[in-house]
Amino acid sequence: MLSVLLDTLFDGISIGSVLLLAALGLAIVFGLMGVINMAHGELMMIGAYTMYLVQNSFGGLGGVWFESYIFLALPTAFLVAALGGLMLERWVIRYLYGRPLETLLATWGVSLILQQFVRSVNWAMVIGLVLWGALILTGRLLVWPRWGNLPWMSRVWVIAAGALAWGVGALAGERFGLALEEPWFGAEGVDVNAPDWLQGGIPLGDFQLPASRLFIISLTSICLLGLYLFLQKSPWGLRIRAVTQNRSMSACLGIPTGTVDALTFALGSGLAGVAGCAVSLLGSVDPNLGQEYIVNTFMVVVVGGVGNLVGSVVAAMTIGILQDLFSSGILPLLLGDKNPLTGFFNFFATDSMAKVIVFALIIIFLQVRPAGMFPQKGRSVDA
Amino acid sequence: MLNLRLSRPKALLLEVGVVFLLVLATVFGVPPLLTAAGQAYRINLLGRFLALAIAALGVDLIWGFTGLLSLGQGIFFALGGYSLAMHLQLQIPTGQLPDFFSLYGVSQLPWFWYPYYSFGFTLAAVVLLPALTAALLGYLVFRNRIRGVYFAILTQAALIVFFNFFNGQQKLINGTNGLKTDTTELFGQLVSSQPIQSAFYTCTVVLVAVAYFLCRWLTSGRFGRILVAVRDDETRLRFSGYNPTGFKVVVFAIAAALVGVAGALYTVQSGIITPDAMSIAFSIDMVIWVAVGGRGTLVGAILGALLVEFARNNLSDQFPEFWLFLQGALFLLVVTVLPGGVIGWVRTWRIFPPPTVTTYPSLEVDLEPEDDQQDSRD
Repeated sequence: MLSVLLDTLFDGISIGSVLLLAALGLAIVFGLMGVINMAHGELMMIGAYTMYLVQNSFGGLGGVWFESYIFLALPTAFLVAALGGLMLERWVIRYLYGRPLETLLATWGVSLILQQFVRSVNWAMVIGLVLWGALILTGRLLVWPRWGNLPWMSRVWVIAAGALAWGVGALAGERFGLALEEPWFGAEGVDVNAPDWLQGGIPLGDFQLPASRLFIISLTSICLLGLYLFLQKSPWGLRIRAVTQNRSMSACLGIPTGTVDALTFALGSGLAGVAGCAVSLLGSVDPNLGQEYIVNTFMVVVVGGVGNLVGSVVAAMTIGILQDLFSSGILPLLLGDKNPLTGFFNFFATDSMAKVIVFALIIIFLQVRPAGMFPQKGRSVDA
Repeated sequence: MLNLRLSRPKALLLEVGVVFLLVLATVFGVPPLLTAAGQAYRINLLGRFLALAIAALGVDLIWGFTGLLSLGQGIFFALGGYSLAMHLQLQIPTGQLPDFFSLYGVSQLPWFWYPYYSFGFTLAAVVLLPALTAALLGYLVFRNRIRGVYFAILTQAALIVFFNFFNGQQKLINGTNGLKTDTTELFGQLVSSQPIQSAFYTCTVVLVAVAYFLCRWLTSGRFGRILVAVRDDETRLRFSGYNPTGFKVVVFAIAAALVGVAGALYTVQSGIITPDAMSIAFSIDMVIWVAVGGRGTLVGAILGALLVEFARNNLSDQFPEFWLFLQGALFLLVVTVLPGGVIGWVRTWRIFPPPTVTTYPSLEVDLEPEDDQQDSRD
């Protein structure tokens, strides 16, 4: 009985640590800017696909390369996702500050684009996109200044360049056929093969601790520690905390809030990329991967309270353990057949029904603590 | 500049007249025209999209006027749709069970199906079940002053919960397969047959008009001003001695009822309701209809639903890969370039001068009513 309980606890902690890893990035971004990034899940997906690409290029070499590609994949995924997040912040979200609901819708649009992009990306499309980027850059550096930066001229340029790039991409695809037009990933899921040392398990008493789960738990701990040190000890961490607490006052004191926003967003997105790597060890990677995690990670942020790492940790672990406690059906087992609650718990003893009860508990919890476990202290009326 | 503004009673009369003519034209004019053009299947599409327009009116009421962004309207859509579908499933000889129950070895009709034998109860349930669910959920959330993005996320989570529940319960409501309505009978006729579908089409058009006037009435008087006040500055409203909770609960429930009616009408015209009506994407689509049309304008909501859905229908057939890109771009475009939607854009032409909004000066300065999310932590 004890070992079953321990097993459940371990599973719960490992679910919780995936949630936490995914929620960390969301939590600091939400705390800082008050915006919900619906594309966060898609940044995770990008991280997972980066892992898949690194595995394909290095895993094929075999031997020690295959055993250790994961340590190259993690920073790569971090960088790729951080870059994606940076672009998202600079090109979209920056223009929507102070309008959180609009930001939510815009990032949802971005998430749709990213999903479809991963499904249909091929060389022809990449050629077109690179050409478009190059044309816009050329226009920006060389052409627009000479025309006196007429606003409508730049728009015409961007659209015309887009049409041209699309045409070139389509033509190239036509000319070279499948070599350029075959999707890189396709709509179906791809599988990431974990190295051997992640596939086994560590025996402990009469049950096994799966190595991949242990790896995820330690990865989460390292990220958490790193983030904590960064926020508490580094000068930029100090600035981030200052802007989180009071944006206007920080701006008055000379903190470049725009840079802080961009940096935080990139950092949060990078963490999402790492979370994507972790998730890719647990199952197959497909374009909808982000959607499965996003709502649960939001719940972590809502329950934990804004802008507070401890809250996120406690919330993620609680939600993970509760979810596993209900879905594993261990409660009816513990209570025995006689107990009147057994039937009730049996009804909720599946993955989807466990979500139902966990959400109900969250709503009840928010009746008691509307601002989460560790709300920010302030004197504002709206707090 | 052309000034076409009329005095109030005249304008109202004109509006009623125009809507009446539009209803007549849509009911009697459009189907023969489409049939003559060899596009008869588009009548059904138009009927379905008009049903969605009712849902859009509901979303406009809570988002456009009251500023509550709900990402969980799919719950109410499905509750309405399932209610009517359950009634239709029960139109079988007494003592028999709907077909799918035998697949899961269920021999006894689950208890909550029994009331659906009654047609009157079903009609009431289509309206009241979503409304009551929304009222309960809304009360629990608004009472604690949860709002803004928190509210949006909570409604989305509620949506996931309902989805999981409907998806997982095969023995109660056929789980992920959903309930079919086109093989069932209503008043002794097959639901998918021509006369019944025509009746549903007419019914939908009339209900769009009814919903329009309901929303028009709600948003024009004192109640409407309070809704706008909640949107623009809830704290100020609270300090003026109003308790916004009640108003928000009421408007959330009314919007849910509208969405529920839309769900029922959509279900019978498309022939099936599945838990997919509660997918995250569909509920956000409802928001985008309103955003495209122009939030805070009722005509915009109807127009937006029709525009987006017809565009989706045409484009996703021809370029299935391309549609998601387009839809994503539409989201970006509507929030960045066209915040007023189509109607807002048309208004910039200045043919019909927009009604002057009386508001307090700070709004004119920041022009960002939802700014309080940012301020709340300062």
